[in-house]
Amino acid sequence: MTPATAGTSADADAALSAAIRAEAGGIVASLFRLTGDFDVAEEAVQEAVLEALRTWRRSGIPDRPGAWLQVAARRNALDRLRRQQRQEKVVARLRENVTVEEASPDEDERLPLLFGCCHPALAVEARLALTLRAVVGLTTAQIARAFLASVPTVAQRIVRAKRKIVDAAIPMTMPAPEQRAARLDDVLTVTYLMYNEGFVSTSGEHGDDRDLADDALWLAGLVATSLPGEAEALGLCALLTLQHARQPARFDREGRLVLLADQDRSRWDAAAIASAEGLLERAAALRRPGRFQLQAAIAACHASAPSWEATDWLQILVLYDMLLRYDRSPVTRLNRGVALGRVRGAAAALPYVDALAPELGGYHLFHATRADLLRTLGRADDAAVADARALELTRNPAEQLLLRTRLTGAGQASAPDSPGAAPGPH
Amino acid sequence: MKYVLMFCGDEAQFADIDPEITKKTYEDVFAWFTEHSEAGRIANGGAELQPSSTATTVRAGNDGEPVMVDGPFTESKEVVGGFTVIDVPDLDAALAMARTWPPLRYPGASVEVRPIIDHDEG
Repeated sequence: MTPATAGTSADADAALSAAIRAEAGGIVASLFRLTGDFDVAEEAVQEAVLEALRTWRRSGIPDRPGAWLQVAARRNALDRLRRQQRQEKVVARLRENVTVEEASPDEDERLPLLFGCCHPALAVEARLALTLRAVVGLTTAQIARAFLASVPTVAQRIVRAKRKIVDAAIPMTMPAPEQRAARLDDVLTVTYLMYNEGFVSTSGEHGDDRDLADDALWLAGLVATSLPGEAEALGLCALLTLQHARQPARFDREGRLVLLADQDRSRWDAAAIASAEGLLERAAALRRPGRFQLQAAIAACHASAPSWEATDWLQILVLYDMLLRYDRSPVTRLNRGVALGRVRGAAAALPYVDALAPELGGYHLFHATRADLLRTLGRADDAAVADARALELTRNPAEQLLLRTRLTGAGQASAPDSPGAAPGPH
Repeated sequence: MKYVLMFCGDEAQFADIDPEITKKTYEDVFAWFTEHSEAGRIANGGAELQPSSTATTVRAGNDGEPVMVDGPFTESKEVVGGFTVIDVPDLDAALAMARTWPPLRYPGASVEVRPIIDHDEG
């Protein structure tokens, strides 16, 4: 993601987002428990979040933001239930239960809510949008801006998903033990997409744009803390922490994308890298390897290398071979191709990468990677054709600029992303 | 909460299956029904259907007059071969039942899980 411009206003917005994020999911879960109506609970909290954004921006964050949101959400839930003129018992229960609940530290109600929102019976985009709204406390407008979608599209997606949750009785509970691993993978995938698929508006037009990278890191931390025995939860937390640690060096002062090979490694966050390595060690001790741990291990290899040239590419290639056992996606194979090129040379890597053409022909980083290999082999004309194709296919302005620079001959050394960091606009 | 499980499959592929395996599958299906009936999860046993070649579809016609056509309502290879109505607490319980449907060992087989509208509730 493109870094937000620093300043007091951005800091205030970040504090506002963090306060809402810390509370919203728990309130959805407790209101759902009290009302038994997921839609009412979720809408009531969404309204409270919108009120909070308006009010807190004007008068500052209250001393107890959670209590403020809870009171507002309950009032909204009561209004909704009354308007529906039903469930008198529920209304009475809500009226009686007026004390503000303190979140119980040992039983986080957000986890079952999160597993429900990421249920495999929902479409992936719906899981992402619903999780952002119900668990992380984003507004529909914030989600739409982060995914370059229209507000009605996102709203529709959320309405449909909630209707299915209610009509098909999708449970907001922790999955049964035999489903646990697969369902956790769904939750982690949504968190990963949140980090890697979100955009931050650079126009500064909306004061309350959310940095989804922060939100995803927060969510990964929540899952890893709540499920400390799950190696893959720790692995994803380590992976996102590593990606985030390199974030300050991904753009130069003019906001241009800088390739991994050319990044100023002194700008990487060494403390974050160390904490990610600690997470990975804890994960490894559980002896249940998986794709997120392996991706994190690859990212850790890059993070600990003094330079692009001095990177332990053989180790990275071995890790990619292990990763392919869990994830045979063409993008993972493409990244392996980059590592293969460093270990065995461009001549060996080119046929491996070319074989991915049927699957990745429409993917800009496939062509950018080919261009790299072709240039190394001295085939400058073929490389230019591949770069031009990559430029046609990318929508990300920072990547477009980079490719254009390369085409006009300034010549950079590698593809506009790197093995170890999943290619994407983050 | 009631759901219909619609058992689907590719009849052409089913025809090629070894009769011994088919026999074993029928036994497993019988055991599946016995297990779930005894647990109170079957609301209505439903039915096993004749092959889709026996189906006739009555379709809305252009002039408002229904039209009769030979065959099932879609041209897809995957056709409904039977259904049952289950009564379980939530979708996870329904999916857990669907996952153990014995014919899922055949390629092309599937189970569609659909909640039923209960007009007595709400």
